[in-house]
Amino acid sequence: MKKIWDSYRYSILRRFVQIGLLVLYFGANAWGWTILEGNLSSSLIMGVVPMSDPYAALQMLFAGAVLATDLLIGVGVATLFYFLIGGRAFCSWVCPINMVTDFAAFVREKIGMNQLTGVKQPASRKLRYWILALSLVISAIMGVTAFEFISPISMVHRGIVFGMGFGWAAVVIIFLFDLFVLKNGWCGHICPLGGFYSLLGKFSLIRVQHLEENCTLCMKCKVVCPENQVLHMIGKESLQVLSGECTNCARCIEVCDDDALKFSIRSMAQNKKTGE
Amino acid sequence: MKKQALTDRRKFILNMARGFGLATMSGFIWSAYIDEATASSLMLRPPGALKENDFLKTCIKCGLCVEACPYDTLMLAKPGDNKPIGTPFFVPREMPCYMCPDIPCVPVCPTGALDESSLTTDGVLDINSADMGLAVVDEESCIAFWGIQCDACYRACPILGEAITIEYSKNERTGKHAFMKPIVHSDACTGCGMCERACVTEKPAIFILPRETAQGKAGNYYIKGWDKEDEKRLKDAKEIKTTTDLSKKSAMDSLNGSLEDLY
Repeated sequence: MKKIWDSYRYSILRRFVQIGLLVLYFGANAWGWTILEGNLSSSLIMGVVPMSDPYAALQMLFAGAVLATDLLIGVGVATLFYFLIGGRAFCSWVCPINMVTDFAAFVREKIGMNQLTGVKQPASRKLRYWILALSLVISAIMGVTAFEFISPISMVHRGIVFGMGFGWAAVVIIFLFDLFVLKNGWCGHICPLGGFYSLLGKFSLIRVQHLEENCTLCMKCKVVCPENQVLHMIGKESLQVLSGECTNCARCIEVCDDDALKFSIRSMAQNKKTGE
Repeated sequence: MKKQALTDRRKFILNMARGFGLATMSGFIWSAYIDEATASSLMLRPPGALKENDFLKTCIKCGLCVEACPYDTLMLAKPGDNKPIGTPFFVPREMPCYMCPDIPCVPVCPTGALDESSLTTDGVLDINSADMGLAVVDEESCIAFWGIQCDACYRACPILGEAITIEYSKNERTGKHAFMKPIVHSDACTGCGMCERACVTEKPAIFILPRETAQGKAGNYYIKGWDKEDEKRLKDAKEIKTTTDLSKKSAMDSLNGSLEDLY
């Protein structure tokens, strides 16, 4: 039992946070709770503090909308928040799609899809930045927020809070895509919101730290990591994971039996030493 | 013929072309989808909504207006509704806007897609200045136009006597009864839809359409000569001369000319 808790403690906590937030949002619409109103695009915390999706606001800016003060404050709050806890902490701790893609990755591993498709991934992880750029260009040309009209994230989140419609189809599409087409396909390659938070997370404070002297080179962390390119230092150097693409999901920390990975605060001194 | 390995230069150019091509391709597909997905115009927005084009770029689809509405009037468009996804709208026949004096749905909007200033007269919120749509009467199916007495829409109207009035006229068929016809006045109607909700016919004979759809436009060519205000438009009117093949010859000439042209 202790073993299970140890190797899934952060995953359990993440599901608790993800589902808890959904319940709070749902309660706001269904029963008039005022703890967390709205949805992931823009919310109101305790009826006072606004928090808005900075990527959506950026698309609005490109679409030519006038950005209201409330929105700018909300964007500021969200940006500061994810600057502190890690840009893509949104992806692994908040985003409801994460549960779908984590499940797809789990099934993929279990049924042996990874052996079938081989290690070589047919798509680049840089794709998301191209899609991010493209979404801004299309927003500017079409005069609407391009990604917000196709985003399965807001579709599903809005669906859970306000009524699903055919939104469940988006879940099925992403699940099947991640399962049969591309490993970590949506979150790790395509999602421009993840790409946006990757860029923001380049500067964020909470980072995973590798302790090389404890490492036994079991490579369990690299197997479970959905963005395993960020763990390039494993068994080589005691470094912090500084790539913005790390989602701070802490899977690597919980599967490590040798205390070779832990959370830490970004240290500037170390950055200078390694030249990063 | 043996194929030669690609040079670095060629690889670079090919990769550039590939990236550009893929971006163009997906850009067109994405734009085409967006164009279709935002095309629906028969949608009634909450009070104070910006013009549809501006609304679509400004609304962040957070649903705070939906949560603020005490009557469950507002909904967010779901996938499958065939409306611009995630944006708020209402269907008056199901639940009209009850025109709350404090308009709770508007001040909560974080982006200004619902514009408080458009509903403010002399520093106070005024729901009567809302413009969500316009009521339209289908005279064929309205039983009041048949001669049956019904004033359900008139009674339901929150600004009765201004937005809807009853016009009395003689029923020639019976010779002794009156028609009591509901008439909508577009300057006062807010498009709240309480009339549509109240209408007794199977499918409502009075219904709300977006103003853009419901109204025509006379344009600048016609001036009400009997209206002093409207006449003023003539003052700074500019002459626009249309030159076509026909007007090369003046009308007189063509009428008085010989008939040769005709044969």
